[in-house]
Amino acid sequence: MKNKKTKIIIMSGYGLNCEEETKFAFDWAGGDADIVHINDLISKPKILSQYQILVFPGGFSYGDDTGSGKAFANKFKNHLSKELREFLKRDTLVAGICNGFQIVTNLGILPGGLTFNKHGKYIDRWVDLQVPSPAKGRAGRGLSPWLTGIKKLSVPIAHGEGHYVISKKDYIKMQKNGEIAFVYEKGEICKFQNLEKNPNGSDYDIAGILAYNGRVLGMMPHPERAMFAHQSPIWFMNKKLYFAKATKDEGQGLQIFKNAVNYFSAKGGSASGGK
Amino acid sequence: MISRVYVKQKNEASSVDSYLITHNFSREKMVKIAKALTNPTIEEFSINKFPKTNKFSYAIEIGFKPGVTDNVGHTVDETISDLFHISASKNNPDFAVYSSKIYLVSGVKNLNEIEKLALSLHNPLIERSYIASSADIKKNGLLLRASEVILGKHTPVIEVPLSKADTEELINIGKAGVMNEDGSRRGPLALDLVSMEAIQTYFRGLEREPTDIELESLAQTWSEHCKHTIFANPIDDIKDGLYKTYIKGAANLIRKKRGKKDFCVSVFSDNSGGIVFDNDYLITHKVETHNSPSALDPFGGAITGIVGVNRDTIGFGMGAKPVANVYGFCLGNPEDEIKYFKDPPSPEGFGRAGNNLRQPMLLPKRIMEGVIKGINVGGNCSGIPTLNGFIKFDDRYRAKPLVFAGTAGLIPRIVNGKPSHLKKAKAGDYIVMVGGRVGLDGIHGATFSSVVMDSNSPATAVQIGDPITQKKLSDAIVKEARDLGLYNSITDNGAGGLSCSVAEMARDMRLPAGRHGGAEVDLEKVPLKYPGLRPWEIWISESQERMTLSVPKSKWKAFQKLMERRGVEAAVIGKFTNSGKCVVKYKNKKIMDLDMEFLRLPKQQLYTKKPPLPPLSGGRNSPPLIRGGREGLNFTKSLEKLLSQKNISGFSFISQQYDHEVQASSVLKPLSGRGRINTDTQVFRPILKSDKGVVLTSSTYPSYGDISAYNMSACAIDTAVRNTISAGGTLSHLAILDNFCWCSSNDPKRLYQLTEAVKACCDTAVGFGTPFISGKDSMFNDFKGYDENGKPIEISVPPTILISAISVMPDFNKTISPEFKNAGDIIYLLGETHDELGGGEYLKNIHPAKGTPQEGNVPKVDVKKNIKTYLALEKAIQKELAASAISVNSGGLGIALAKASVGGMIGCDVSIKNIKGTAKSVVSKLFSESQGRILVSVSPKNARAFEKIMEKISYAKLGKVTNGDKFIITDKTKVIDTSVKKLHKIYHKFSNSMK
Repeated sequence: MKNKKTKIIIMSGYGLNCEEETKFAFDWAGGDADIVHINDLISKPKILSQYQILVFPGGFSYGDDTGSGKAFANKFKNHLSKELREFLKRDTLVAGICNGFQIVTNLGILPGGLTFNKHGKYIDRWVDLQVPSPAKGRAGRGLSPWLTGIKKLSVPIAHGEGHYVISKKDYIKMQKNGEIAFVYEKGEICKFQNLEKNPNGSDYDIAGILAYNGRVLGMMPHPERAMFAHQSPIWFMNKKLYFAKATKDEGQGLQIFKNAVNYFSAKGGSASGGK
Repeated sequence: MISRVYVKQKNEASSVDSYLITHNFSREKMVKIAKALTNPTIEEFSINKFPKTNKFSYAIEIGFKPGVTDNVGHTVDETISDLFHISASKNNPDFAVYSSKIYLVSGVKNLNEIEKLALSLHNPLIERSYIASSADIKKNGLLLRASEVILGKHTPVIEVPLSKADTEELINIGKAGVMNEDGSRRGPLALDLVSMEAIQTYFRGLEREPTDIELESLAQTWSEHCKHTIFANPIDDIKDGLYKTYIKGAANLIRKKRGKKDFCVSVFSDNSGGIVFDNDYLITHKVETHNSPSALDPFGGAITGIVGVNRDTIGFGMGAKPVANVYGFCLGNPEDEIKYFKDPPSPEGFGRAGNNLRQPMLLPKRIMEGVIKGINVGGNCSGIPTLNGFIKFDDRYRAKPLVFAGTAGLIPRIVNGKPSHLKKAKAGDYIVMVGGRVGLDGIHGATFSSVVMDSNSPATAVQIGDPITQKKLSDAIVKEARDLGLYNSITDNGAGGLSCSVAEMARDMRLPAGRHGGAEVDLEKVPLKYPGLRPWEIWISESQERMTLSVPKSKWKAFQKLMERRGVEAAVIGKFTNSGKCVVKYKNKKIMDLDMEFLRLPKQQLYTKKPPLPPLSGGRNSPPLIRGGREGLNFTKSLEKLLSQKNISGFSFISQQYDHEVQASSVLKPLSGRGRINTDTQVFRPILKSDKGVVLTSSTYPSYGDISAYNMSACAIDTAVRNTISAGGTLSHLAILDNFCWCSSNDPKRLYQLTEAVKACCDTAVGFGTPFISGKDSMFNDFKGYDENGKPIEISVPPTILISAISVMPDFNKTISPEFKNAGDIIYLLGETHDELGGGEYLKNIHPAKGTPQEGNVPKVDVKKNIKTYLALEKAIQKELAASAISVNSGGLGIALAKASVGGMIGCDVSIKNIKGTAKSVVSKLFSESQGRILVSVSPKNARAFEKIMEKISYAKLGKVTNGDKFIITDKTKVIDTSVKKLHKIYHKFSNSMK
């Protein structure tokens, strides 16, 4: 049987704005991504069943009015609650990146919430992420298809409301279940530019989280803005000893997209998924 | 019924969000709404009951004044209509939403103090504040007062008795506007006597009086802002005017010379300029200013500036996609706290209350914060990376700041089988207005920015942008409707609103010979924000986020459906005709009927006058008043002090709050290297599948103009070209844009300077072969007002020219960054250094006592020499021989070395003893701002090949990049000895203080 490509649906509309580069990353990783306006999905909600991965990309849906991600999540909930439940019942993946993460927490399928950065200002810079080791006796991150083979990752953030808030009780539970996807750490980039590790003041340094057995990922940093090697601030230092041959290597962020696509293509899964 | 929903963060209570809702919803529905506005993890809500908070003494509520765009209110409106599946409030009288923010203040007991605090939290021009003590709130709750617009009843259209008006009355109408029925004036038409007489003659010929809308319409299309009369009129013996002779003239000459290698596609004919990107795409660029509005409401001014210029991209050809934003701020010094007022003191006397009535001007710090935030919200919300930018300070920008905003765009060369840069409406096409609705905002914006700012400047000239409404519009047009071929032409509604966009499209129609384009508009079909607008207001309003399109009848249904699905409002407001007339109707009554031909402006002769020497000239032969400072000065201290100047040091606090990585296109970012220095030039890759890169930069030297406007202009072009080449750009694929921001442009002396500056543009651009593709001017950046004691004050900006550049490089992988990389790399200075400290940062900041900035030799440009240098460097970069390159700009060689070291956080050890050129003194060698110079570092293994390429140009080997922290410059003896860490701290000090 011929392997069909993994089908990805990327939401757009009302001020989401990272859909094109997110599509590029999924397509480059071997997937087949469609950008679908939320109103088109509302008018044909059944099409969601054709996809294996649902992505809420970054952006500024509704200009962050009334709180980031809230209004878009309201619209999604108002019209597509049933379809979302059905989608999550299947063996599917969901990702929310940046504004998408804010949307997904407002949808209620990821715990916690996001609020204003500790310095109060929008900030665009690179950060270093670490995938925490799983708690003892738990399979932990091994469960998340998104994170296969990833231990560290340097990627940029760009947000005004990226401070992740979670109660201590929930945090301990998440930690136990291996549901912390990424924490900020002082790694390669922070050392290079002498930057603080956690720029937004996130509780417990959390940059990304998981739910639904690791199938749903939410993260503030933008892996699609780190899919090319040249996007890294260190690239100009490392241009192979000054231009031996300019590298066109993949950036570290691409692995996340590859992982998701490969999760299905490894199974030889068809578009209708879990059957 | 009016209800209030309060939402606050669970743990913190310094502020509360409030949504005032007029409605007839049930309590149950109100709870549903409140829940939708609350994220239960972090927030909690209450309805009609002030929430429980920590102790506070006063609450300050800040809301919008009636009619001011309330973006948050709109979002809540949409959320509610979506929640209950009812139509939005604009089509539904049943409910309306007004957002506000309530700040809780503790520890302040004095009402005076709290009033002062309230004033710092809002701009009374667009917002209102309400103060209540906590005891008050406990007792009565907060006021329930909807910010509804209620307009007085007016006769919709009046005739203006012009035929019998005498000269005085004509001047009066031109200056203060049409007289209302109650005798008040409507605000400036900015029409001078000659124009008013031309209008009088025209209507005498028609044997009737003009209507108010006709007069307002003419004022818009004839305004300096729209027509650029000063650049178009004959001036001295330059019969065709400055623009045609020198700017367009230069572009034409260059294009002709290039022949088949011409890369220009659309020059000065559309909303942006367009050049070839590759075989499949064009890249466009446009830079605008939004100065007058930014003086009154800095946030609103800057945000409408940036989203407005985005529309110049969407309105290029059949619609280009915005791919990069640029910005520039020329501001007063933030520490300046002198108060100025638009009005003289009132007879009731002085004092705080009195002063508030005198229309106080905003302080520079407030303006700075506002404009920075405006570009932040406008760019970030729109998903367009903000790449290039600068900030300059001078006391003369104190009253009228200059706010530059620009956008580069991308469009396929062929759309639906036709060249995408060509567009023409056809007779019979519907005139369709798309996007936002029309309100009173921005009435008289075009005419207002054409006059001096004084107490008559209208407050309605201020607008607030709504980037999300525009983002929806932009996506629907350039990502969908364009490629479906649903319209024949498109343009932006900017200055002058519909009156300009419709007339422009009608003028450019596709018609058989002998026929002239026209339009017929039914104004009552224009969607309004609130009822009660008069026809002339609808016609000239500059409400934001609107485009005008010509849609063939057969495509209207499909177009309408698409817009509806994308949440974008579209309305047919009339049709294009071949009558040669612009006809406007209101409720079936013809209220305007003008010949399209008459809308073109009659020309006037202008004259210049050479100002006395100095300070306004200088030129090549002026004596070198400054031969550099005394030897033995503390050069280290001078360098450190210079690096700490706000015009030189870093502004990472701005760069890092602007999203520069969205669209995943960034290559050379606004901040670079270990030390995060600001780059002069940025590179991005608009098409992720292509290796081609686009290079952006900009340059301005306002203080050079104090000595020579000619050299100010020439140096700005040379620097823009040099910056581009230093990052890896291509001289043979480089286009430039001009922005002239002048003052008192009816003064022949200022016109003389203007003529000089424009001539330099032509000479330098032709010399480099870099055509102008777009430009803009803002000619009256003057303020007339009063100081605190009522003394009249006039502040004019220094004549300022900004040159922006855009270049395409074949392979973005060859981009190089400005900072030093590795110890052992050899440091070269390309070009020659002369005694040219005049107008530069050293004289302005370090040595003002010995020589004022007006003295000394201002830098000059030797195009022929510099071209050779630039081509050689371009070759070396293409051969991948350079490790870093930084253009030597403000502050000279010393500052370039410091920045390269701070960027790499790595030391250097150089000698300036043998640098090329006539500079003799250490001061000149270190700080002269001679043009044509680039500081390059090269790996030792590439040194020989690099030197070979440089064989025929002037260059000097200065020394080496060194391991560790030492920053050493030697002449005959050691002249500078400091540490990179210290320089890093100094470089970032200003920026860190602004965080």
